[in-house]
Amino acid sequence: MDAFLKTGKLGKSAGRSSESAVSGVAGSQKESKKKSWPVPWVEKYRPRNIDDVVQQEEVVAVLGKILTGADLPNLLFYGPPGTGKTSTILAAARQLFGDNYKERILELNASDERGISVIREKVKKFSQQTASATLPDGRPCPPFKLIILDEADAMTVAAQSALRRTMEKETKSTRFCLLCNYLSRIIPPITSRCSKFRFKPLKDDLILQRLEKICSEEGVRFESGVLKSLIKACEGDLRRAITSLQSCHRLKGKDHVLTIVDVEELSGLVPLERIEELFTACQTGNYDKVDEVVEKMSRNGLPAAKVLDQFFHFVLESGELTDAQKAKIFQKISECNFRLMDGGSEYLQLMDLGTTIMLSVA
Amino acid sequence: MSMWVDKYRPRSLDELDYHKDMAQNLKHLVKSPDFPHLLVYGPSGAGKKTRIAAILRELYGPGADRVRIQRQAFDTPSKKKIEITTYSSNYHIEVNPSEVGFQDRVVVQELIKHVAETHPLDQHPFKVIVLQEVDRLSKDAQDALRRTMEKYISSCRLILCALSTSRVTPAIQSRCLPLRVAAPSKNQIVKVLQIVSKKEGIIMPLELADRISDSADGNLRRAILMLESCRAEKYPFVDKQPIVEPDWEKYLRETAFIIVQEQSPQRLLLVRERLYELLCHCIPADLIFRGLLKELVKNCDNQLKAEVCAEAARCQWRSTRGSKTIIHIEEFVAKFMAIYKRFIEQAMMADDFDD
Repeated sequence: MDAFLKTGKLGKSAGRSSESAVSGVAGSQKESKKKSWPVPWVEKYRPRNIDDVVQQEEVVAVLGKILTGADLPNLLFYGPPGTGKTSTILAAARQLFGDNYKERILELNASDERGISVIREKVKKFSQQTASATLPDGRPCPPFKLIILDEADAMTVAAQSALRRTMEKETKSTRFCLLCNYLSRIIPPITSRCSKFRFKPLKDDLILQRLEKICSEEGVRFESGVLKSLIKACEGDLRRAITSLQSCHRLKGKDHVLTIVDVEELSGLVPLERIEELFTACQTGNYDKVDEVVEKMSRNGLPAAKVLDQFFHFVLESGELTDAQKAKIFQKISECNFRLMDGGSEYLQLMDLGTTIMLSVA
Repeated sequence: MSMWVDKYRPRSLDELDYHKDMAQNLKHLVKSPDFPHLLVYGPSGAGKKTRIAAILRELYGPGADRVRIQRQAFDTPSKKKIEITTYSSNYHIEVNPSEVGFQDRVVVQELIKHVAETHPLDQHPFKVIVLQEVDRLSKDAQDALRRTMEKYISSCRLILCALSTSRVTPAIQSRCLPLRVAAPSKNQIVKVLQIVSKKEGIIMPLELADRISDSADGNLRRAILMLESCRAEKYPFVDKQPIVEPDWEKYLRETAFIIVQEQSPQRLLLVRERLYELLCHCIPADLIFRGLLKELVKNCDNQLKAEVCAEAARCQWRSTRGSKTIIHIEEFVAKFMAIYKRFIEQAMMADDFDD
């Protein structure tokens, strides 16, 4: 009986312990699963502190001063996509406010409702709260919060106007940081309240360095010249370069050695032969040939905007054309591009360009 | 009984008839733990949706095929209610935001938030949202998509479907893995037609398959539809079996012929009637422009062709800006008449001079 009870107990306790062990294992598995959950490389290699930010020396210098105690003005970052605007301000916030920086910032972007009512309520309320000058762990920090308005050029003029007074009134407790691509879409009263920083497109060798670092850390193998064509395709946009790189890597599998063709396909580049084909078709002065080439392009799903873009570079570097001819073609390219963005049909716009070139070179 | 197009649509990545390399790559992608956002683009009838469906099936198994149609309502900030049709399974939801016009931003924001909040059933780490016609999204909606795509990446993935990436903002393009689905080549279409007719148990001469794929313009859906209508018209197939073309194309060709025949205000009125007829049958304006241009330039010399082409491009662009497309099509027709008449008169004068 005793033995039975004992064994029973033993069994029970054993069962329990094994249960807990199992749950423990499961828990840890879950955890490890969560940990190994792949992060996009863009997020993984986002700069953690401002010294990691490449190229944008002015901003980094100013932010560096602020970290050592200088006053932070309202900021306005502008520049083409993928040059590190969001990364810079997030890295700065992390350094200013420690790991809990998320409590100190309000990040709003175009995907959030950002009409005038939100500016009036949410932003105002947040900006009116006071912030203490110490962090929970006792470290000192600047006594303000940060409101980051990402993609600020997508805000309506009314919403921007509503921001004006708020920005001034709450300087004691809040700083604003506006990020945008086009400075011209921000109303002047806002720009005059901020210190502006232009983010330059990244230089090719800096992008190359980054990509090489990522490749070696992720174990990506590639043919020589691949990174160069990747950089050419992304036009100074580091995010796009990294995403394309990761896409190639994912799509082709781990053991594949990346080739230039892969990169061209995935970065949405139109192969140079196609551009040349269109140009030679135009040179023959035969309408039907041009029609055929354009038709082929649209069948292959080559985006007309990209064709126009690359055609521009092609014409620019071409030695056969006179300046007058080039000027004429460029004018047409710009017109077609505008119409295309505005809803024009791809086929018609490309045909228009094609026939114009046909007449000007023939 | 379903149409052949649906009946013989490939269900899985292995069954796809062409672009096999891409299918292989997609298999890699589905197996790998980090599935990115996708941007699938290519001309219509090239098989974008077939590929998307195959991807979903590969991801979730046959459960992804059980689709139900629902009407979902969203509130705009100004408390107006908008409704949109969604096609959803347990794992994915498909929607065409451009259905609601300029309110598409609300749909994009609300839908993604809504979907991302609830976690998917079973062990699948994420749900999929399929957005159709992304190139017709307004600028606002595309802006709204940008950050949302990054924010909710842990619980949902987007598959965007578009005719071309021209009107998709670079910001979205740089966040997606682009997949270009080119139209099948002529031989590929012939092959598919043969497979279909074999499965259907009909005998099809190669010559007919050739002709069908020629007039299908790289649109596989159209090719199969043509095959089916040929079968309905006359079977067994005879030599020189006529291919049934869509009525509107014939009608458009005739319209072009009328324009070339005579250039006068009376003719313009006649043409207007025919254009209204086309528009009433929901033929999109850009197809009308394209069809007219192709027919009209046949009778012109190079200089004239360029001029007509430029006019077509301008009028078509303007038609997308305005609200009444008929005005712009008519403008194009009138412009063509003027250009053409001048050309003919000049030619005649030159003739007189020679005499």
